[in-house]
Amino acid sequence: MAVLAIGLILLGLFFLVVAAIGMVRLPDVFTRSHALALTDSLGAFCLLTGLALYQGFGVNMVKILLVLALLFLLNPVIAHAAIRAAFRAGVKPLAEEDK
Amino acid sequence: MTEFFLFVLFTLTGLILVYLYRVIQGPTVFDRVLGLNGISTKSIILMIVLGMVYEREDMFVDISTGYALLNLVGAIAVAKFLEQRGLG
Repeated sequence: MAVLAIGLILLGLFFLVVAAIGMVRLPDVFTRSHALALTDSLGAFCLLTGLALYQGFGVNMVKILLVLALLFLLNPVIAHAAIRAAFRAGVKPLAEEDK
Repeated sequence: MTEFFLFVLFTLTGLILVYLYRVIQGPTVFDRVLGLNGISTKSIILMIVLGMVYEREDMFVDISTGYALLNLVGAIAVAKFLEQRGLG
């Protein structure tokens, strides 16, 4: 069980690093939201599942899974709200001719 | 096992610094909102890993639940406010 937990934690850490690279390298706010909403949620999912497996069955596992459910539900909602606000406030998406 | 959790802890701290670059640098204010959301996600995970290091998971997990809920309310409020105010 511990080996599986460590593997999941390292996988989640890898996805979090990829999300951070995307946050720096991608060109505008709409593309950056992909790094945040998709990759970051997957990384948090893997990492927290690994931590819950390491805990073993019990109250702490249920609590960590509750935090996991909250993160998985709220992270895309927040990214969507911020991006919709950006679009309605008049930020122009990067077009083909801007390259 | 404590060394492994310390490794995870330091990596997450480095990731927070990367997001902080985006928060300071970001061209529009929405980049800063996204960066702050990333930082709060990292700090929620960081809190649980810190509980693993201290072997007091039961206390730290509760704190991180509170962080997650505060993160939602704050980010939605800021996004709504900026949506009504427009670019500034």
